[in-house]
Amino acid sequence: MAAIEQKKMAPRDQGAPNYKEYLHPLMVKNYGKWKYHEKVKPGVIKRVAEGGDVLWVVRAGSPRTLSVDKVRGICQIADKFCKGFLRFTSRANVEFFVDRLEDVEPLVREVRDKLGFPIGGTGNGVTNIVHTQGWMHCNLPGTDALGAVKALMDELYDEFTNERLPARVKISLSCCSINCGGQADIAVNLQHHHPPKINHNNMQICELPKVVAICPVAAIRPATVGSKNSLEVVEEKCMYCGACHGQCPSMEIRDPDTDTLSLWVGGKSANTRGGPSFMKLALWGLPNNPPRWPEVGAAVKTLLRAYKDSAKEYERMGEWIDRIGWKRFFDLTGFPFTKYHIDTYRFARTTFNTSTQVKP
Amino acid sequence: MSEQKKKSGTPLLDELEKGPWPSFVADLKKLAEKKPAVGQLLEQMEQSYETRVNYWTGTVLNLDGYGGGVIARYSDLGKKLPEVAQFHTIRVIEPSGWMYSTAALRELCDISEKHSSGILQLHGMTGDILMLGSDNKTTFEAGEALMQKGWDIGGSGGALRTLACCVGPAYCEMSCFDTLEVTKRLTDHFISYLHRPELPYKFKFKLSGCPNDCANSIQRSDMPIIGTWMDDIRIDKDEVAKFVAEHGEEYVVENVITRCPTKCIHLRKKEIVIENADCVRCMHCINVMHKALAPGKKRGVTILLGGKRTLKIGDTMGSVMVPFMPLETEEDMERLFDLVGRIWEFWGENGMEHERVGEFIERVGLATFLEGVGLEPDPRMVRHPRTNPYIKFEEYTGPQIAGEPKVAPPVLDKENEPRESI
Ligand code: SF4
Ligand code: SF4
Ligand code: SF4
Ligand code: SF4
Repeated sequence: MAAIEQKKMAPRDQGAPNYKEYLHPLMVKNYGKWKYHEKVKPGVIKRVAEGGDVLWVVRAGSPRTLSVDKVRGICQIADKFCKGFLRFTSRANVEFFVDRLEDVEPLVREVRDKLGFPIGGTGNGVTNIVHTQGWMHCNLPGTDALGAVKALMDELYDEFTNERLPARVKISLSCCSINCGGQADIAVNLQHHHPPKINHNNMQICELPKVVAICPVAAIRPATVGSKNSLEVVEEKCMYCGACHGQCPSMEIRDPDTDTLSLWVGGKSANTRGGPSFMKLALWGLPNNPPRWPEVGAAVKTLLRAYKDSAKEYERMGEWIDRIGWKRFFDLTGFPFTKYHIDTYRFARTTFNTSTQVKP
Repeated sequence: MSEQKKKSGTPLLDELEKGPWPSFVADLKKLAEKKPAVGQLLEQMEQSYETRVNYWTGTVLNLDGYGGGVIARYSDLGKKLPEVAQFHTIRVIEPSGWMYSTAALRELCDISEKHSSGILQLHGMTGDILMLGSDNKTTFEAGEALMQKGWDIGGSGGALRTLACCVGPAYCEMSCFDTLEVTKRLTDHFISYLHRPELPYKFKFKLSGCPNDCANSIQRSDMPIIGTWMDDIRIDKDEVAKFVAEHGEEYVVENVITRCPTKCIHLRKKEIVIENADCVRCMHCINVMHKALAPGKKRGVTILLGGKRTLKIGDTMGSVMVPFMPLETEEDMERLFDLVGRIWEFWGENGMEHERVGEFIERVGLATFLEGVGLEPDPRMVRHPRTNPYIKFEEYTGPQIAGEPKVAPPVLDKENEPRESI
């Protein structure tokens, strides 16, 4: 069979894998019939079904980028303790499913000793950092998300393995202004400081109208440079977003000498309480400093300290700032408030204080 | 620096082997012992760490019959590092909720080790399984091997992207609909759109079982589908009593009652009373008192539209399109398929290239969009009615057809001196 089949193409458009084959037997039995959960300790949650079945979910932090041997190591543990079933979370944590309490501690030990993964990432702590491809695999990055995340998680390790913050803290890290990392309580994002430098010799002529069209502020226009068709950027209009660079590699927006990292705070997806919110600029100008980006780690820790000292329980980063106000936020963190914190883009006016409500 | 370099090829990356958090560098260095490409990948990264310059150029590469799913990368250092001269990523559709059997994961490992570099990322920002490190030839071998085993390739470019959802009914008691099943049904129904770019730009669905939105759908997807309920929050009186006894009344007032966004929950004589007509289903009280309170029984979803990240108009969140609909029966699924179809048709016809659906709605206006896709205006779609009087009534002018001009944004007049290149 193999000899004939080999030339034939595999079937196309098969769709999503059948998740039903990948559910732990207790999930199949109690699908949609779970009653409540209880925290056992950081990283371990007990899930109780209406009928009384209990499933312990053990969460471990992974670096997301894994060798196949590391993945096989994960599989070995899941075979031994979890009937061969596990899942990953949206933030690259691994979840092991255990149906006997006496298996929890041995599993925790193996995850720590054999994989080197910490247990935690649940409840009111810092969970794993959502991040982007960086110098490992994107064509646009100005920094390395993988390394910056590793270094930052080293700093925040104890916040991952404990639940001692006012509420959960989600962090993301992005290596260009496209911000694949997304909204988070704290986001570390690369920031460009000047308009793109155009490599006129390498302009891909056919793409020029597309590059012109992609600029959100219409700052790009055709130009003749030397005798070649090229583009130019109206510098007064450009806000260094890098959209053109994604369209055309010759619109070089990155600059190893001037790119910095900024800290954004207060993003939230959940509809709880005040609903979802966008993050706001807290600090700009942190050096892009591989291999360990120490200034980023220090700034995030300063921020977390202020948050921990002053926020109430269940108050996410953004809600805390809403309550205390930005003045006190900058006082407490010691971050400087500068003219660059004031919005100049499309809906700037909606961010101004149009009342007499000011705090001392 | 060059002195040091002789000792280890990657002195800067080696710094990332230190510290308690699991190190991708240590893991990949071990892999490099049997996979030379991984060693060269680390060398290239080392050079980036030195210069802060990136060395990947991106293009597209398509598997037979598909219009996306492979992120092709060519190394600018290919001469020096031939093993990573071509170093592509294959996106593979993940199982709903990122649920796996070890057998399935091992299958992925074997394919990755045989046809690719042996690096997996679990998972990409969209949700896909990422298999890194195949070249122009082995990408096709890996793709075939994956599809032979029943895996399918993920989306990229102006296409439907791979879906993602929260764990939902598999173990979460908050879940108000079957996120795992609906994710699979949507994927399978629209699989052709996922593989062949036919839309103005990318389109993402993310599904969360309840308004806690663990899938981050509201900010990370064009069409967030979020579980909710329309009847009363269920109250277990005994558990309420236990909670109040255990934590004290003050704690309940401070952490539950006063946090309700619409002030509709009260503690009266140590009992929880909720004015459900005013409840916006925010989940807070249920999250805190999750043994005592639970979502109602009349369940379904709220569907929003238009969430996306920064480019180009700035971040946008999804906004409400369908305030509530049940999503249980086959007819419900058909209604959802039909709605998606109408949205894609209207946006597909009138959207500009590279215009996400949220940007499109912003350009043509929500009211026009609703007409275009055949949805009735509902006060729950807005925070409040307009505050300005500039209403474009259509009685005397005829309807304004949405998005009819397919024009690029205006290019500036030459008001400034052309600059020399900087
Ligand atoms: S944030 Fe930018 S550089 Fe980083 S992965 Fe996304 S597009 Fe690439
Ligand atoms: S960086 Fe952004 S604003 Fe500047 S020219 Fe490019 S697309 Fe336009
Ligand atoms: S979004 Fe809701 S249903 Fe889904 S995992 Fe989170 S809490 Fe559970
Ligand atoms: S779900 Fe939210 S809005 Fe509804 S009663 Fe509870 S706290 Fe109030």
